[in-house]
Amino acid sequence: MNTNDIFLPAAKSTIASEVDALFSFVFIASILFFVLVIGGALYFIIRYRRRKGDGYTPDYSHNTKLEVVWTVIPTILVFVIFFWSFKTYLKMQVAPKDAIQIKATGQKWFWQFDYPEGASSTGELIVPRGKPVQVLLSSRDVIHSFYVPNFRVKMDALPNRYTMAWFEATETGEYDLFCAEYCGTGHSKMLAKVRVVEPEEYQRWLQSNNSLPEDMAMDQYGAQLYKTKACVTCHTNDGAPGTGPSFLGLFGRTENLQDGSTVTVDENYLRESILNPQAKVVHGFQPVMPTYTGILKDKEIDALVMYIKSLKKE
Amino acid sequence: MTQAISDSVSYLDEPKGIKSWLFTLDHKRIGILYMWSIMVFFFIGGMMALIVRTELLAPEQILVSADAYNQLFTLHGAIMIFLFIIPGIPAILGNYVLPLMIGAKDVAFPRLNLASWYVYIIGSLFAIYSLFSGAVDTGWTFYTPYSTQTSTSVTAMTLGAFILGFSSIFTGINFIVTIHKLRAPGMTWFKMPLFVWASYATAVIQVLATPVLGITLLLLIFERVFGIGIFDPALGGDPVLYQHFFWFYSHPAVYIMILPGMGIISEVITVFSRKKIFGYTAIAYSSLGIALVSFLVWGHHMFTSGQSELAAMIFSFLTFLVGIPSGIKMFNWVATMYKGSISFESPMLYTLSFLFLFAIGGFTGIMLGALSLDVHLHDTYFVVAHFHYVMMGGTVMAFLAGVHYWWPKIWGRMYNEKLARISAALLFIGFNMTFFTQFILGTKGMPRRYYSYLDQYQPLHAFSSYGSFIIGIAFFIMGYYLIHAIFKGQRVGKNPWGALTLEWTTTSPPPPHNFEQTPVVTDGPYDYDRIMIVGDERVYKDGPEEGKEIAKEVDSESKK
Repeated sequence: MNTNDIFLPAAKSTIASEVDALFSFVFIASILFFVLVIGGALYFIIRYRRRKGDGYTPDYSHNTKLEVVWTVIPTILVFVIFFWSFKTYLKMQVAPKDAIQIKATGQKWFWQFDYPEGASSTGELIVPRGKPVQVLLSSRDVIHSFYVPNFRVKMDALPNRYTMAWFEATETGEYDLFCAEYCGTGHSKMLAKVRVVEPEEYQRWLQSNNSLPEDMAMDQYGAQLYKTKACVTCHTNDGAPGTGPSFLGLFGRTENLQDGSTVTVDENYLRESILNPQAKVVHGFQPVMPTYTGILKDKEIDALVMYIKSLKKE
Repeated sequence: MTQAISDSVSYLDEPKGIKSWLFTLDHKRIGILYMWSIMVFFFIGGMMALIVRTELLAPEQILVSADAYNQLFTLHGAIMIFLFIIPGIPAILGNYVLPLMIGAKDVAFPRLNLASWYVYIIGSLFAIYSLFSGAVDTGWTFYTPYSTQTSTSVTAMTLGAFILGFSSIFTGINFIVTIHKLRAPGMTWFKMPLFVWASYATAVIQVLATPVLGITLLLLIFERVFGIGIFDPALGGDPVLYQHFFWFYSHPAVYIMILPGMGIISEVITVFSRKKIFGYTAIAYSSLGIALVSFLVWGHHMFTSGQSELAAMIFSFLTFLVGIPSGIKMFNWVATMYKGSISFESPMLYTLSFLFLFAIGGFTGIMLGALSLDVHLHDTYFVVAHFHYVMMGGTVMAFLAGVHYWWPKIWGRMYNEKLARISAALLFIGFNMTFFTQFILGTKGMPRRYYSYLDQYQPLHAFSSYGSFIIGIAFFIMGYYLIHAIFKGQRVGKNPWGALTLEWTTTSPPPPHNFEQTPVVTDGPYDYDRIMIVGDERVYKDGPEEGKEIAKEVDSESKK
């Protein structure tokens, strides 16, 4: 009998089977201990039920050997569970380098998905089978949570920073996507589907979908903002130094800061540097950049981040 | 001597009049004031749960709208947590029996004790005001930025919870000082009943953790009223900071709820097994151990909140650590029954229910503590089922065991045992129907706090709702026979269960100052290996021959 089929939804991602293996282990260990403890209790209840009147009972209230055993064995077991779960958890947290990046934005009460090639969709996340997909999450209002039971993946979407989740779907099909963090009246209607398709079909879909209002890819949109929002004044895109660091090859680089610490440039650092430029100034530059809070919309920041990410050093 | 005690007036009769109750300094009367007021909220919270479960019979609207549903589950949670389960055992049973158990005339600060009840009432009035001025729809956790943006009456409700915190702190301070200073001569720390140990550990958490909740809720109120930007990103705040603050209190609060329950279980299981508790020191110290580590596990509520992986790892590790002492207690209770002489009156039935349900609550807690499993299970019905197994299967079952155990002491009258057994059985069946089903809903991916749901979850939801109706019936039966007992129950003597702790050495109900003479403690609280109670008196195994004769007589009588 496979207990997982009774309790868990079908496993449709690479990580799911690993999660389920631990679920089985904990489940079976729990059943064994439950039978031991409750079975023991039931045995005592029947064996030592009061048959005649009151009487004195033996003074049996201590047994060092027994107490050591029932402390040590569960301790070892929970350590096994801890390390096992931590190992899988780390895999869940670190996306493969070649993962497809998709931006998911939660708002009351729907999900919007922006794909790197410019496509976007609402209420349906289209992903290719057999390719790792990294979802960059944020929210426009309150906290939401991105949850796909079949993939065993869940991550909160926050209004002030990015969070990540990744998965690799193993089979084509449609899977439920829930909002798992309570967000008000329409919380239970904040449903979407993940549609897993063959990679070729995914490519075809991307080509045919270009629904950005500006009719352009996110990173192209970012390239346009780079000029119109005057980033170009201080930041070059060809590696030449300006008033601020060049955007070329910036993403993923480790920068030395003025206070001597270092920072790896990621989405959150870029966002912070756009909204609060003085927080972490790169060594060798003056803290002169104005804040873009209130000037850039979230979508525009997303686009700029996408654009900066696209400027890779060859 | 015996004559003198039975002639004395009971605390229930003297002094008379409503004023004598509202201004009483007697810990027993204050316990009863707490009981009536807390029971009112338990009833309201319970009815809300039944409406919620009825609505969930089917995905479409049955009784209430989505907004009303969101308010109902929020109020159910907030009322049950802040107005019922946190004050429940300490303020009702703790207040009543703790001084009796250590042979004291009262708690250390009787006026503070009465003040704590008035503070509770004031806090609850704010909660009621909130109910009638737009209610709250945030979930009982008041997560930001939703709670700073919603138009519902969050300020009144959180102000209520803030005020209730002081009531909790007052009770905690009172218990700590009482236990330190007012123990009867001869009652050393290790002669204290384990309920007293558990209450002590609870009081420490109440005093240390509650202020953090107070600060957090106050900041939330300031944010809503004055627009300071602590939590709302729109104002430059951080919503996850709120979650850290909130759980820094609310996780230790889980142990405020469960530790006194564990104390009751230790009392009842020994009395009804006529057996010395197994591992007294292990149980006593594990209560303190749990209390201390409980401050360091709050982040396990936030594994998917975007907190760092390192933090998640540490919190997961500490969570497993805090699970072990609870497991050891389970083993100790079961081992206590070994070679006992076990009888099955209703307090023991609730205790056995506790063992069964709390074990399941514990194992599912291990699952939730495991990082990779929690990612899937977090914020689903699995979590809902888990904390109901711990809070209701654990704390409430223990509370009911305590209520049934001490009811004859409190009122001097016994309830209908047959009805009590029926309602215990119904509660056990209804509870498992309702909440075991929710484990499966959760593992299958059903998120919590959903007004509507996908069709695939409907059969399980319906089954769960039917179970909740059985729970409702069980509580109505219980309410009937318990209240009936107060007026019409059969009178009982000092010690109807044959227990060895001090509260059973005085009359039922006790006189206003508890004991005619300050008791001098020579026996341990669980020395069933050498003492038994015959006709309210202690008969020692190695005592005079006369005692043995009485024991034999009782023996042969009960055989008939």
